[in-house]
Amino acid sequence: MNLHSSFTYRKVVDRGMAVVCALCFIGAFIPLISVLWLVVSNGAAGLSWAFFTELPKPVGEAGGGIGNALVGTLYMVGLACVIGLPLGVGAGVYLAEKGDGTIGSTVRFMAEVLSGVPSIVIGIVAYALVVIPMGHFSATAGAVALAILMIPTLARATEELVRLVPGSLREASLALGVPNWKTSLSVVIRTAMGGIVTACLLAVARAAGETAPLLFTALNNQYWNLNPSAPTASLTVAIYNYAISPYDDWHSKAWTASLVLLIVVGLLNIASRVLTRSRLKGAR
Amino acid sequence: MTPAAPSPTMTSEKPGPPPPVVAQQTPLAPGADVPNKVEVQDLNVHFRANHAIRHVTLSVKPQTVLAVIGPSGCGKSTFIRALNRMHDLVPGARVDGKVYVDGKDLYARGIDPVLLRRRVGMIFQRPNPFPTMSIFENVAAGLTLNGIGGNHAEIVERVLRQAALWDEVKDRLKHAGTSLSGGQQQRLCIARALAVEPEVLLADEPASALDPIATAKIEELIHELKEKYTIIIVTHSMQQAARVSDNTAFFYLGELIEMGPTAQIFTNPRERRTEDYVTGKFG
Repeated sequence: MNLHSSFTYRKVVDRGMAVVCALCFIGAFIPLISVLWLVVSNGAAGLSWAFFTELPKPVGEAGGGIGNALVGTLYMVGLACVIGLPLGVGAGVYLAEKGDGTIGSTVRFMAEVLSGVPSIVIGIVAYALVVIPMGHFSATAGAVALAILMIPTLARATEELVRLVPGSLREASLALGVPNWKTSLSVVIRTAMGGIVTACLLAVARAAGETAPLLFTALNNQYWNLNPSAPTASLTVAIYNYAISPYDDWHSKAWTASLVLLIVVGLLNIASRVLTRSRLKGAR
Repeated sequence: MTPAAPSPTMTSEKPGPPPPVVAQQTPLAPGADVPNKVEVQDLNVHFRANHAIRHVTLSVKPQTVLAVIGPSGCGKSTFIRALNRMHDLVPGARVDGKVYVDGKDLYARGIDPVLLRRRVGMIFQRPNPFPTMSIFENVAAGLTLNGIGGNHAEIVERVLRQAALWDEVKDRLKHAGTSLSGGQQQRLCIARALAVEPEVLLADEPASALDPIATAKIEELIHELKEKYTIIIVTHSMQQAARVSDNTAFFYLGELIEMGPTAQIFTNPRERRTEDYVTGKFG
């Protein structure tokens, strides 16, 4: 093969691969755009201030909102964070710093298995652990289910992020005479913090979008509720109920509630980017 | 590979067990009766079954520079890292023998490695500024992380001047430490090490990742720092050893082959292997 033809051949292959990659990108993008388009086009009409602030109205009555469900979701996800974030991040840090022994590998294995468990199974577990002993559905039960969902993925993500911190930074700190624990906290974990915050927000976003674990733990509620031991409404269960109903008005409410959920999750993603931006000039 | 008595090659050159060798190896400078700043006696480092450092005995006078040279994998870095107990955290590493700093054995029972490391600072092969910290915070890191009070602004300016970096960074102390060039980052790391006021500075090939101009600056800096500190520098480059050091130690396969005044090591070594190495026959 002479030089000229091999050069042409390379150019053709290069172009060809670029086209294939572009087509793959478009193929991956179509479902994303269509989801966004369907939710926005069907849901945007129902958006109003009242939708965010009012309680749902009975069938046949116009108006009403999903205020209680929005508050319920934020409330339960908040409770789940209180339980799940410290446990998940703490376990991840332990795995990265001290997790080379038998306990570490056991915990790591359990976390991996647990992160693959379907969320409905976690809902049943929370039902058995919290709902049955309490005797009724509650926000606490919902939060426990969401927390169990968050912990394993968060622990594994945190472990990976902490392990990614170069050993040379740890050495630099130790060589300055900084004790081991302080080096872990103030240098290693601080360096990984940006990633850990992102991992937390993604875990929160995922929890906010879960329906199955809430169906038989928090159940639902037609009214405002901030009592941790009472059943609580959530956006996802509201969408589910509205969507399986036979009423056109409720169907459009399901679309609008979906749009609200998308906005909540989108805001969390934007927040993670803003929070992890370096405060330093010239940072790479 | 038994950690037994000194190897035959060592005993044949230098008669007797390791300790007496010290006096013979110490350069006969005018201040030869000054007590040693660092004294190493029969130091051995094992990584599991691998006997990495074998029966090393040497001593360093205060305010001098010792260069540690030798081919790759000869244990230079392992040796220098034993001097501030950096092997403590390596699983499977075992250090025995004695390392005295100002007459105190670092590996004696009851010695806190944390306090020790404040007296024996270290500069690494690759510049490693803390990425989440600004230039100022990087330099002050040893002070803030250790809860040492005092006028940090004043200390930071002083050590940055000592490290010949102040004029280049004084207007952007709040910028990220990682925004500097490689050579500047290395001087930043030197300033950071100086801020906790160590007495001994260990430098593990501090210029090997830098370009010639940055290297020249680091070497000049080591020359100036000698006024205050005792410096042990590992280097790949024999020219660098010749330029910056008072004494040179040649390591080969984990053993100290020869140590003496730098001029002598390079012009008139006692050992054949040293001569072969410094004349470029291997390495």
